[in-house]
Amino acid sequence: MPVEIPKDKWPGSVRTVTIGALPKDGGTRKCTVTVGGETTMPFLHYEGEIPNRPVVAIEIVDRKPDDWSPLLQETWKDVMDDPAEWAKAAEQAGADLIVLELSLNNRNGEPTKPEEAVGAVKSVLAACGLPLIVFGPGQAEADNALLVPVSEATKGERIVLGICEDKNYRTIVATAMANDHLVSARTAMDVNLAKQLNILISDMGLPLDRILMDPTTGALGYGIEYGFSVMERLRLAALQGDKMTQLPMIVTPGYEAWKTKESKVGEGVPEAWGDWLNRAINWETLTAITLLESGADIIVLRHPESVKRVKGAIDELMSAKEFV
Amino acid sequence: MALSGIQIYKLLPQTNCKECGFPTCLAFAMKLAAKQVELSSCPYVSEASKAQLEESAAPPIRLITLKSDGHEVKVGNEVVLYRHEKTFYNKSGIFVKLPTSKGENELVEQTKKIDQYRVNYVGMDLEVDGIAIEDNAGDATKMKSAINAVRSASKKPLILISSDENVLEAGLSQLNGETPMICCATQSNWEKFTDLAGKHKSVLAITSDKIEELAELTEKVKSKGVEDIVLVPNGKNLGHNLILQTQIRRAAIKANFRALGYPTLAFCSTPVQAGQAITKYAGFVVLDNFAPELVYPLLVLRQNIYTDPQKPIQVQPGLYEINNPKETDPVLVTTNFSITYFSVANEVEGSGLPAWLLVADAEGMSVLTAWAAGKFDADRIAKAVKTTNVAEKLSKRRLVLPGAVAVLSGEVEAELPDWEIRVGPREAVDIPKFYKQALQAN
Repeated sequence: MPVEIPKDKWPGSVRTVTIGALPKDGGTRKCTVTVGGETTMPFLHYEGEIPNRPVVAIEIVDRKPDDWSPLLQETWKDVMDDPAEWAKAAEQAGADLIVLELSLNNRNGEPTKPEEAVGAVKSVLAACGLPLIVFGPGQAEADNALLVPVSEATKGERIVLGICEDKNYRTIVATAMANDHLVSARTAMDVNLAKQLNILISDMGLPLDRILMDPTTGALGYGIEYGFSVMERLRLAALQGDKMTQLPMIVTPGYEAWKTKESKVGEGVPEAWGDWLNRAINWETLTAITLLESGADIIVLRHPESVKRVKGAIDELMSAKEFV
Repeated sequence: MALSGIQIYKLLPQTNCKECGFPTCLAFAMKLAAKQVELSSCPYVSEASKAQLEESAAPPIRLITLKSDGHEVKVGNEVVLYRHEKTFYNKSGIFVKLPTSKGENELVEQTKKIDQYRVNYVGMDLEVDGIAIEDNAGDATKMKSAINAVRSASKKPLILISSDENVLEAGLSQLNGETPMICCATQSNWEKFTDLAGKHKSVLAITSDKIEELAELTEKVKSKGVEDIVLVPNGKNLGHNLILQTQIRRAAIKANFRALGYPTLAFCSTPVQAGQAITKYAGFVVLDNFAPELVYPLLVLRQNIYTDPQKPIQVQPGLYEINNPKETDPVLVTTNFSITYFSVANEVEGSGLPAWLLVADAEGMSVLTAWAAGKFDADRIAKAVKTTNVAEKLSKRRLVLPGAVAVLSGEVEAELPDWEIRVGPREAVDIPKFYKQALQAN
């Protein structure tokens, strides 16, 4: 029986953004990562183009974090003491790119010094050829204090600088413009806030192909439905032609999922929660898959097994093109 | 697809007789389109028009109900592609597969585990909906004994899986009075399967990896009088299944294509497949095996995706104990919007610091929204303190307000004179630091 499948014809498309610079382009990366360019909702190959596959980043920290789940500590072990080693291990685990998070305080409990942050970033760049995203500690002042020197010390690498939010976007955008980097614009699960920040950033003169947007999300069970719907709405708006939402999306399901009690705690929890390690990985994987299917272009994860599963899913979602 | 007022008008007598209570047929048609009146108010509408109008009023995806003694699983009746457009209504039915080849004792054991599984999520008890019994050997005797074993431990609805109609017939004859599903009819065996479904009033699942074949099969099955159909798009991989599920949903909802206007079923052997099935349109999700560490997150995912986006999920207002608080530990106040509650509870819990979390009834709004709407003020906070009798549990009465409503501290002091009122951080993430610096120090 002939079936006419309704297809959406979208006037708009997502912008293409390239992270990292090769030696010939003024950087030192051995490869770059390009995301975006979609002309349809996620993975609907029968309707439009998905020229670049979504990618998986692994999150590492400039020093061994105090508050990560014991399960993650058992997995990464000693490399957590050295961001360069950790980056190499992350590459081995299948990362397409690296997210390096700068801690608020250093090993001695003092505020991280700019030279320490620069040292960590440079050691990661030297040890691992993948493109890099650098996140500050997440407090506007500390982010500015650390990201500006990092940006200056790595001019030309096309690093993504985050967290760029309404409180500090001016400083971060200015340094990204001056040093040939990109920014990740973070807003709190709201379509209009996301759009507004993108407008403010592009008004400063940073080209739109150097902006990622991070609409933030909640973990499974902790508000994922808000993140899910905000991302679907942002992507629909982009396809409908709203220029200020046509940016690739980065989300951090690893950070969110590993914050939950389900992933962090192994003892004294209900029996119905089942095996701790598998539950924790399922929590991260399911959070990631849900967001992947609502439009994420860059998925930031923590556990190698989740990376494997999510990359496997992306393989299958992309290769389905041959079946339509 | 619903007809517009003008389309409905064309089907009405157009005599403006006013007997329906409206001045013109057009006015009546507009009311019909808005679903504010019933067609039966028009005494002169022709049978042909009636049939057409009723057809257009039918939901684009048929509601399918599986029933057993004391249980019901309803799926279908969905009206949107994206949950923010309205909401997803009938949660995917989650079933676990048990093969008939397992020994009787093992079947009983497994069934008990599945049947008795309960997990609490924000005050709700979530559970698995039913069991799918699978025959791989064409063995009717084993199907019968498997059903007996399962039924000795669970009354939940069943799906029977076999490619042999004799096995299914043997199974169905054990389940009189129930509405199970039989699975799956194909191009080659649909006639026998349809007869069986008709005779036993069961739901019939049909499968193919091609949309066109599925549509063709539903029309054939329907022509033999069976209308309770479930579609099993059998894609070649995860991505193909996403496309098939999306195409079926779109054809039903956007084009009102009746031949695909049925709920779907997805067989899932990995967490990723099951996760996709829940977010992307599967009416039934059949898991290969039962593992609490997967069932729990899947039940939560289903709960999240199927919440009404227009109604914030709320938690029960009241007093929550975090990390076994004692009489000298502080009381932290927040609102009963679920995300607000979870952000705060999570931070405190993660920090390992003991506290009383007092959740005021702010009608499900976040702190600032509730404050702006007058739903989170000194009155409400004082009321929450009093109704929970939290003071009686304490030797040291310290109340911490969210930083976003620091402005309330004076009024709260006036309402609760024997309390020490503190102003906490604006963001939940800063609570542990605030706690250590400001609350533990003194």
